[in-house]
Amino acid sequence: MNNLEETYDAIVIGAGHAGCEAALALARMEIETIIFTVSMDSVAMMPCNPNIGGSSKGHLVREIDALGGEMGKNIDKTYIQSKMLNKSKGPAVHSLRAQADKVEYTKQMRITMQNTDHLTLRQAEVAEIIVEECVNNENLITDKIDNNSENIGNNKRKVVRGVRTKSGATYYAKAVVICTGVYLNARCIYGDVVNHTGPNGLSAATFLSDSLEKSGIPVRRFKTGTPARIDKRSIDFSKMEEQFGDEDITPFSFTNNAEDIKREQISCWLTYTNEKTHDIIRANIDRSPLFSGAIEGTGPRYCPSIEDKVMKFADKNRHQVFIEPEGEFTNEMYIGGMSSSLPEDVQYAMYRSVPGLENAKIVRNAYAIEYDCINALMLKHTLEFKDIDGLYSAGQMNGSSGYEEAGAQGIMAGINAARKIQGKKEVVLDRSQGYIGVLIDDLVTKETKEPYRMMTSRAEYRLLLRQDNADLRLTDIGHDIGLISDERYEKFCGKRNLINSEVKRLSETMVGGNKRIQEFLESKNSTSLKTAVSLADLIKRPELDYDSIAEIDSERESVKSTELYENNISKDVINQINIEIKYEGYISRQRSQVDHFKKLEGKRIPDNIDYDDVKNLRKEARQKLNDIRPENIGQASRISGVSPADISVLLIYLGQ
Amino acid sequence: MTDMYDTIAAIATGMNQGGIGIIRVSGSNAILAVDKMFIPKKKGKEVRQLDSYTAAYGNIINPKDNSIIDEVIVLVMRAPYTYTKEDVVEIDCHGGMQVMKNILHVLINLNNLTEVNIDNPEYNDNFEKNTVNYNNIKVRLARPGEFTERAFLNGRIDLSQAESVMELISAKSEIAAKTAVSHLKGSLKNKIEDIRNELIHNIAFIESALDDPEHYSLDGFTEQLRQILESKKNEIDNLIKTADNGRMITEGISTVILGKPNAGKSSILNVLAGKERAIVTDVAGTTRDTLEEFISINGIPLNIIDTAGIRETDDLVEKIGVDKSISAMEQADLILYIIDSSVPVDENDISIMEKIKNRQVIILSNKSDLDSVVNEEDIRKYLDHKIIEISAKNRSGFEELYEELDRLFFQGRISYNDEIYITNERHKQALINAVNSINMAISSIDDGMPEDFYTIDLMSAYEQLGYIIGQSVDDDLVNTIFKDFCMGK
Repeated sequence: MNNLEETYDAIVIGAGHAGCEAALALARMEIETIIFTVSMDSVAMMPCNPNIGGSSKGHLVREIDALGGEMGKNIDKTYIQSKMLNKSKGPAVHSLRAQADKVEYTKQMRITMQNTDHLTLRQAEVAEIIVEECVNNENLITDKIDNNSENIGNNKRKVVRGVRTKSGATYYAKAVVICTGVYLNARCIYGDVVNHTGPNGLSAATFLSDSLEKSGIPVRRFKTGTPARIDKRSIDFSKMEEQFGDEDITPFSFTNNAEDIKREQISCWLTYTNEKTHDIIRANIDRSPLFSGAIEGTGPRYCPSIEDKVMKFADKNRHQVFIEPEGEFTNEMYIGGMSSSLPEDVQYAMYRSVPGLENAKIVRNAYAIEYDCINALMLKHTLEFKDIDGLYSAGQMNGSSGYEEAGAQGIMAGINAARKIQGKKEVVLDRSQGYIGVLIDDLVTKETKEPYRMMTSRAEYRLLLRQDNADLRLTDIGHDIGLISDERYEKFCGKRNLINSEVKRLSETMVGGNKRIQEFLESKNSTSLKTAVSLADLIKRPELDYDSIAEIDSERESVKSTELYENNISKDVINQINIEIKYEGYISRQRSQVDHFKKLEGKRIPDNIDYDDVKNLRKEARQKLNDIRPENIGQASRISGVSPADISVLLIYLGQ
Repeated sequence: MTDMYDTIAAIATGMNQGGIGIIRVSGSNAILAVDKMFIPKKKGKEVRQLDSYTAAYGNIINPKDNSIIDEVIVLVMRAPYTYTKEDVVEIDCHGGMQVMKNILHVLINLNNLTEVNIDNPEYNDNFEKNTVNYNNIKVRLARPGEFTERAFLNGRIDLSQAESVMELISAKSEIAAKTAVSHLKGSLKNKIEDIRNELIHNIAFIESALDDPEHYSLDGFTEQLRQILESKKNEIDNLIKTADNGRMITEGISTVILGKPNAGKSSILNVLAGKERAIVTDVAGTTRDTLEEFISINGIPLNIIDTAGIRETDDLVEKIGVDKSISAMEQADLILYIIDSSVPVDENDISIMEKIKNRQVIILSNKSDLDSVVNEEDIRKYLDHKIIEISAKNRSGFEELYEELDRLFFQGRISYNDEIYITNERHKQALINAVNSINMAISSIDDGMPEDFYTIDLMSAYEQLGYIIGQSVDDDLVNTIFKDFCMGK
């Protein structure tokens, strides 16, 4: 039998949120790319919550957009409600979240993919990854890369050659990105019902795990869950609180204007569980596969099932339940806060005990899903396997959870696979550059024992890593690697220049305590001046800002008439000016922390270091360092079990 | 981890027998830093003007108020011909541990000086420093072994030398961690843990609300938090005062002299210390309280605690002394157990021997000048440690004691961290940093800043307190969020 053979530059396995970003990045960087999906109808599918963004996840989407990714643009096209969370808090934790029309989201992403040059979509199940042992380095593409010394002194390595599908077709490529999400050996479970499928009954991928293990990549079992979907017509919304979107919306993509994407928004609804709900759950807890032990995978603590919440937080007499539309043209409503793996009859009883859901009709049952994933400690910061050249992994496969976390890893894996093929330097964001950097560093450095979700508290430099300045942080990089067009970049530079020049001007423009100024301050209920201060000093006052001091800013009019100002002035720019000035003290404090951090990140550890040669390391530290093989001293210092004394020992050894 | 090439300072020696202690400063700021706080007796002997390997005599002052701290000799060694290959300044002082501690404290706070009192006449007469730019002079405490680390990194010593030092460093840091924890066990450690737990719980609450604003509200929380922070700050301030009282400071190998009353403990201490310190009489029970003496024997620093004789007693005053002895004994690294060989082993001896049989002990059979009625077997029944015959009166047997100390020390049977003192200065610094961070959080609250700004400061207070009890931050916050608060969809 003659099997089909084809050759591409790069292969992406899986067309979920990670796969789409990876494939688009590759293709847009002009790498001939093929992406495999188990179903063309599940491209960028949202099998769980019907929204994009949220606390810290919104930051990730903005960063993906600043790098030239698609997620932000796609949700801007398909949102049905948009909300900036935490608006009463500091700008660093403002988080954008949009409800999506799921069907539309999938459709728009598919259209984008299908119309991208250098990109081929193919419906097929990949059953095998072809990995070869490579005795000398001649066949490695890494050899061409000057700045990549990782393989020196390591004669025997593995290298990826391509993939084979279930039907036997072989596809060769220089790089393969695994983005299999929750499909590997997936099992969906509620009560005693077990379906060997991926989400929504889509077929699971059952061969790839074996192939990975054969290539020396062990897999482990994680678990997550989703609530039921309920027919809108069976819900009594009069017993619930309506949750509106923002009147003034903020687009996810820096390329969009709020005005251009404005639309009529669709509400969500809030209701609560009660003691009756909890009684039902407690009475049936022995029928939950989570508690009976039928589910062996590790579930996330941040996204507990309702039975987890009731059992672990017994003192809470109610839990919030968010009823969210799954789209504009569907009656399915997502029951946020009540994911479960209880049997069908218990699900009915428990949902129907919630005010407004008394007559609820379930469209899709809640279920838990178990799947294979890898331990991301096996990966470099580029998301390439340390031991297999050219093989990358992104998304839930790496032990993360969430569409946004997947997308963020996807774009980085795609960029790095493309850079490697192009013979160019890797692109790694560090913890001070973005949430993406924090996410990937956490995954590849710290042992993740549960599906990993982004949180603002994980970002130690979060005052700098705001969603509002993601473009200022990352557009340069996006442009450098070729994902941001010159046109977009030029526009961005104009914006940046205006912000910088205005902040500078305001800091240098002094005003004295003359009558006009004092009267102005009085009118704003602001303390009068005793000495001359800069306009920036006035903006720092809580009751004042850039707009409100316009009348005492004598240069404002002439600045306004400049081309730079006219072309760039926007709500966004004014927001940046205000933030830069108002929080200057906090921001500069964080910047000096970052300087310190960068020094340690700059001290590289050679890839071929043999920790058994380093005398005086403590046993635990030696083991962890051997397992994780950190790329620099900073990363080494973040590994739990590696003490400052071990770092001293290591520094001395490296000073040799 | 800290930067590698900034300027570091540490107490390089304990007090030696001559009573001189050395503070060593290394790095590009070393010369100017010491210059700033040194007034030479002779004009023209400013530290910055000294040639390499020359010394000057003068006063170390606190530049904040120009008060004199100690009379010292300052030795300047210029790069690259120094131990670390960097500029090195050594300050030889003789004012004792507290003074050295003060000097070190001023050194590491040089960059925090706000203004110099230029009205002070001494400033203009002695202090031709107006023309020198002292801006950005920053000195920090050295980590254990850091001078050697630099010597190696700067190519001053080779790998085998460095490795033997590294063995010491890792050994030392373990001891430091051990002693830090053991000294802190009990109320102090609990106290710090309590403060930390309360901090992290409150941070986790804020972070939960930031992460999941639709589930948790921070309305009205700020005022409550402010009160909590004020009270935590006071608690830490009180701990800092404890540190100032020296209760957190231990120098050298903590050594306890034990024995029943009138066995000659104080006499032996006097010989060791070379001076009459404890009140020595022939009346049993004269030493009512514990006495501490810091001495150095062949370079091994011992912090010797002379105790009241241990015996069952009804005398209340003496009882307090005896209780203190027992507690000192429990914390000691080394016990010198004195037996009066001129009287038979009695119940007092037996009860002491039973208390110490699992400890590091040297048995000193005292009064070898008198006829001995105690034979080795009497002791061996209870203790299996080295016995040395000694006479405080004739000063005999001490050489053998010194040799045994040497042996134990170099075999690592007894050990100390020569920078344990600094570890404690570090502890104090950590407490101060924690208070500063809490203060920043409080002022952010008062300025009406949103919560996410000051949780960062609170987290850094949490981290600083962790240094003291040897705990890092890791995923504490995320874990507390999930443990204490019900999150998510």
